[in-house]
Amino acid sequence: MKQKKYWQSFGELQHSESYQDGVQDEFGEDLPTSAPQDSMLEAKAPRRDFLKFLGFSTAAAAAAASCEMPVKKSIPYLNKPDTITPGVANYYATTYIQDGDAIPVVAKVRDGRPIKIEGNDLSSITNGGTSARVQASVLGLYDTARLRFPIANGKEVSTFEAFDKMIAESLANLGGKPIVLLTETITSTTSKNIISSFIAKYPGSRHVEYDALSVNGILNANASSFGKRAIPSYQFDKAKTIVSLAADFLGTWLSPVEYARQYAVGRKIDQKNLEMSRHIVFESMLSLTGANADDRFVHLPSEEGAVALNLYAALGGQVTAPALADERLKKGIQSAAEALKKSGAESLVVSGSNNSDVQVVVNAINQILGAYGSTINWGTTLNTRNGNDAAMVQLVQDMNDGKIGALLVHGVNPAYDYFDSKKFATGLAKVAVSVSFNDREDETTSLCKYVISDHHYLESWGDAEMKSGYLSFIQPTIAPLFKTRPYQSSLLKWSGDDTSYGDYFKKYWLGHFGSQSAWDKALQDGVVETPAAASAGSYAGSALSASVAALASIKTTGKAELVVYPKVSMGSGKDANNPWLQEMPDPITKATWDNYAIISFAMAKELGIAVDDNYEVEVAKPVIKIKVSGATLTLPVLVIPGMHKNVIALALGYGRSEKTGKAAANVGQNAFPLVGFDGKSFTYSATNVSYEKVNETYKIAYTQSHNQYEGRDQVVREYSLEEFKKNPTILSDERHEMVETYAKNTKDFAAEGTLYPSHPYPGPKWGMSIDLNSCIGCGACTVACTSENNVAVVGKSEVMRSHEMHWLRIDRYFATYRDNTGADNLDDLNVVFMPMLCQHCDNAPCENVCPVNATNHSSEGLNQMTYNRCIGTRYCANNCPYKVRRFNWADYMGADSFPDNQREVLGDAVMMMNDDLTRMVLNPDVTVRSRGVIEKCSFCVQRLQEGKLKAKKENRPLETGADGKWDIKTACQQACPTNAIVFGNVHDKKSPVSVIRNEEQTNRLFYVLEEIHVLPNVNYLAKIRNTERKVGVAEETHQEEKKTEAAH
Amino acid sequence: MHGISGVSSISTQFNAGMNQTRKIAQQLYSALIFTALLTIAQLAQSQDGKALFNQKCASCHAIDKQLVGPALKGVEDRWDDKKMIYEWVRNSASVIKKGYPRAVAVYAEFNKVQMTAFPELKDQDIDAILGYISTGGAKAAAPGASTTSQDASDTESGSDSNFLYGILTLILAVIALILLQVNSNLRKIADETEGFKTAEPIPFYRNKAYIAILAIILFLVGGFYTFQGAQGLGRSKNYQPEQPIFYSHKVHAGINQVNCLYCHGGAQESKHANIPSVNICMNCHMGINEYAKGPKLYRADGSLVDGTAEIQKIYEYAGWDPAAKKYTSKGKAIEWVRIHNLPDHVYFNHSQHVNAGKQQCQTCHGEIQKMDEVFQFTDLSMGWCVNCHRETKVQFTENKFYSIYEKFHEDLKNKKMDSVTVDKIGGTECQKCHY
Repeated sequence: MKQKKYWQSFGELQHSESYQDGVQDEFGEDLPTSAPQDSMLEAKAPRRDFLKFLGFSTAAAAAAASCEMPVKKSIPYLNKPDTITPGVANYYATTYIQDGDAIPVVAKVRDGRPIKIEGNDLSSITNGGTSARVQASVLGLYDTARLRFPIANGKEVSTFEAFDKMIAESLANLGGKPIVLLTETITSTTSKNIISSFIAKYPGSRHVEYDALSVNGILNANASSFGKRAIPSYQFDKAKTIVSLAADFLGTWLSPVEYARQYAVGRKIDQKNLEMSRHIVFESMLSLTGANADDRFVHLPSEEGAVALNLYAALGGQVTAPALADERLKKGIQSAAEALKKSGAESLVVSGSNNSDVQVVVNAINQILGAYGSTINWGTTLNTRNGNDAAMVQLVQDMNDGKIGALLVHGVNPAYDYFDSKKFATGLAKVAVSVSFNDREDETTSLCKYVISDHHYLESWGDAEMKSGYLSFIQPTIAPLFKTRPYQSSLLKWSGDDTSYGDYFKKYWLGHFGSQSAWDKALQDGVVETPAAASAGSYAGSALSASVAALASIKTTGKAELVVYPKVSMGSGKDANNPWLQEMPDPITKATWDNYAIISFAMAKELGIAVDDNYEVEVAKPVIKIKVSGATLTLPVLVIPGMHKNVIALALGYGRSEKTGKAAANVGQNAFPLVGFDGKSFTYSATNVSYEKVNETYKIAYTQSHNQYEGRDQVVREYSLEEFKKNPTILSDERHEMVETYAKNTKDFAAEGTLYPSHPYPGPKWGMSIDLNSCIGCGACTVACTSENNVAVVGKSEVMRSHEMHWLRIDRYFATYRDNTGADNLDDLNVVFMPMLCQHCDNAPCENVCPVNATNHSSEGLNQMTYNRCIGTRYCANNCPYKVRRFNWADYMGADSFPDNQREVLGDAVMMMNDDLTRMVLNPDVTVRSRGVIEKCSFCVQRLQEGKLKAKKENRPLETGADGKWDIKTACQQACPTNAIVFGNVHDKKSPVSVIRNEEQTNRLFYVLEEIHVLPNVNYLAKIRNTERKVGVAEETHQEEKKTEAAH
Repeated sequence: MHGISGVSSISTQFNAGMNQTRKIAQQLYSALIFTALLTIAQLAQSQDGKALFNQKCASCHAIDKQLVGPALKGVEDRWDDKKMIYEWVRNSASVIKKGYPRAVAVYAEFNKVQMTAFPELKDQDIDAILGYISTGGAKAAAPGASTTSQDASDTESGSDSNFLYGILTLILAVIALILLQVNSNLRKIADETEGFKTAEPIPFYRNKAYIAILAIILFLVGGFYTFQGAQGLGRSKNYQPEQPIFYSHKVHAGINQVNCLYCHGGAQESKHANIPSVNICMNCHMGINEYAKGPKLYRADGSLVDGTAEIQKIYEYAGWDPAAKKYTSKGKAIEWVRIHNLPDHVYFNHSQHVNAGKQQCQTCHGEIQKMDEVFQFTDLSMGWCVNCHRETKVQFTENKFYSIYEKFHEDLKNKKMDSVTVDKIGGTECQKCHY
């Protein structure tokens, strides 16, 4: 098998004509001018037009000149709080909680407004890491679709007292029927106490926890294997071999930020001791975790049990495993078993299945390996998912049977995300009193009689015990924007206690910590960690035989199967109205603003979908109709390599109702109706799926074919561990050779390779290092950059025109192998993620083509962009080899005072970002760019200036990471859960970026397109894959290039 | 309120020549202030003492005036035990507790308001402050005073000579025109006498060469003034709006020597200098409720200001009842008119200039301590910013931040360069102010 090269799109792989055309065309579209006229003389009335323009511009200039300057007011505080200095940001530790993610964060509050979320370094769970959704959560605070007052029977209720009175009356007249409190998993001690006292007040009531993305299978399996319906702590950092059976633990499974941090520990490479963890994935579709795996094997969803059993058998488990047909898969299981055996107790096997029988087998595998007590710790449990699927199904049945008197809903939306949402809706109609605490009129809330919205987490008090012994606190960072009230306060009130939740919370924790100072410190730090001793738990294998029997009986029926999966950006869909997340390209498909059916190359062929020249260039995609046991969905398809050839994958979280918000409405379709229920748990896959091509197309905005490298390959570097061990200097030799070629005389590549004089750098010089081995492609950096730098949301129609504005994109490269027939085997591939941002070249090609010197070089090595000088020629973007410059084709942010510049160009979602409420999220230290200028990554220059000023004020040298002290971290660096991005002063020999470049990682170090001598200030570290397969670019590519040269 | 119209600002630009010289004069003037400051600073017994006094004490004390706290002149004579002064400064409560008579007396005299404790001050720091107080400190006040007359005369002479040059040029141009006419007439006569046939002379106003020259001159002059005018759009030098309260910086910062940072504390730590909140006004004006002793105050239009009535306005805003001596209503914020406006794409940080760069407020705001109603002293144009960055030296050896600039330190040592100005460390690059 031979490898071709790294490619981003099929066009690039096949080197198609339209791909080459696209590469020539920077901006992906024709210039917006009318058709050329034969000559000026034949043009219609040019003289009159000229006179009109002349007259207008003279008049406009005169009008503008006579405008009076506006009088601006400066209004100081009446009584300034002593903790606030206008212009200086305050940071408050708090906790992001949503959808079963609980992540300790720090909110940056500028002049009373939270504007940025950062990870909390003090948490040992995340070590300051975040995810894209955590980064985007600050925008949720300023969501225009949030409810602004309590509602009863569709009408506004003016006071909380009036509302409470109505509820009290309704709850008193239930006729003995129980009240059910339906919530997401609650990890807060105080909330649990309040719920218990509420239930005690209304005997017969109950509390049902419901997770839209259920892990009921694991919970049930652990109940039978360990006698505890709980989830242990997985420790990926301690595992030398990680086998994931379709668990997307880097993207969406259980606690991805924590796992990504741990995973990166084993993936960091010490060049003196070349060792790293081995990561093998078995899955049906290409997930983020699968994309990062060293080896990856595909199977049908219905084979998940068989795969687990085969693995168990290969490890010595006493079972007869069902036979598997696929040779490659069988070999994969054998090699995984060997790797697991080799690392013994330092192994970890996880499964994303929601079938408890599969999980029981996985428990048995981990038991055989001795992973319990080593890589799995039962001393500390993960508390963020506790939903009981059967209890939820029972509740819906009870509602339909008219047994429920009142339903109180908090944080969940079953009318949208319950598999049988129609049944839930009919049941809800039979409940006499329905109250929703949700923040907007979502599908469930609009069916409820009473609505009293909870605060946003940035407005709340609260606590979370996401793992046992690991407390994290929530404190308000802004006064409530609207007339909302914590649901705990409501429950207290309705159980006859007038205490507000804030007081209750403070009193409880003050009592817990004993002293005000201890409590203050806990609140200031945000986290208090008192972990219990590690424990292996008490494993009992009694349930195994029943599970084995159940799994053996599963038969694969029908040709095609279906997987529904949560996207990294969207989860279960609660963030659907967040434009930052909607516009974040999916790590794998690079699509924005939609969900779609992902299919394999083989299935496309069978459907008659031509993955030809125009496949990527055309935004209009073919549409298929999918039928699964009664449910039908008609969706566009995307062809992605790495899919099992008979599997269709659909993302959850789309197709929200109109009232959910302008950005959420009319985006994609709801895949939750395709979720099933097997009697114990929800199932996220289906067999016996039929599909057919429909004679229509649907436009998908995806960034796959944007920003190409003009046919230059060798952008990413990847080696196998074995190869790298054999020849550790393989990459550095190549770089030395290049220096020899271009700098024959002086060996000074920087100086000799150019005619231009070198820039002097007397003081600090900024540099960034990105480790491709640690980068998992999660996109947290992209959203962090958007949030920090006021990057515009452009909307679906504009993304389709290649107008997306992200300063930092993550390029996703595929590398496929050719089989003996010479065809690319698209199911067998490597995926490499490469964050690409302005490289701040020291010999920058953009700088010397700017006619107005709007982009130039600073003495600190920054490639500066001055918006108010830019006249929008876009020569710089043309000349940029990395294609990281972005042009403001429209007034996306409402920066100039002419609303007509936005009319008819920008969609509802973009205009939502222009709302006065939403604009509160803007960073006041960064200019909002207007139409007609180029923008790009600035290395967070506002943070650089702030950090330098801090050091100057304190009369000390700048700290850029030496001894763990940081004055400056860029937004992307701070957001990264795996510390893949390191930024600092390269003139400081002790700064991590210098140490990486000059001492620790000299062998893996490379600069993208170094041979074109643009001298980037961003370096990358080559990706190393711990596999026996051959990786990297094979000889063949070079031969091909030679051939094409000869042809020319 | 002064709305600045483009038209009027174009007309003001006809004094462009004046402005030019004024600019030079201003630079000269600020340089003079700077040298004057330096000299005085060197003369003063203890530079540290002054700095410390300004930093720690000046918000509440003046040397020879009672502010929030007593005037400090002669404090060492009033306190017989110096150790008690040390202790008092670090923690006044303990001295009062000990019953030291002077301490108890002061405490009682000032309505039992405790002095802020400064535990960080060491004995020698306090000595330095006392040293500064004993030298009178007053010398350091209003340093710019002596330079004003000279400055004015500079401006005068500058504009005079420009005017003269202008007249001279005009006279020479007229003479040249006359001579040219004479020359052509003479040539015509000479030609006629020699019998050459010549064309009928064209009067000079129909001479194409003259018309062309005139057109070019008109274009250049017109273009120059249009450009100047256009450049002035959006600039508002000398903007002096009427404020909701006649607040005199002269009375506060000049006569009573209240430290600028007492009210504009943000200048030390934030990008904004910050207009003080009403509670800061009330710190002093709870006690000071009339304006009686100071000089008479006049508005720009010449009308007399009733200082006491203006103080009453603060009480209205604060919701304070001066008779009952307590807050009686909720109060409302004061809507001051903002004078110094920068465009949105400019990042300016006060603390960078005041704290790190050790600039005086007067450098940009003019002699604020002499202004009754504040006006915009400079045009706040980019050229003005950049010029200052080219000329101003950074605290290169004093501030340890600059230790990373190893090459410059070496060059300074080897006398290859004599000082490091802001532009040498990148202070005129785009992304120092625009991002």
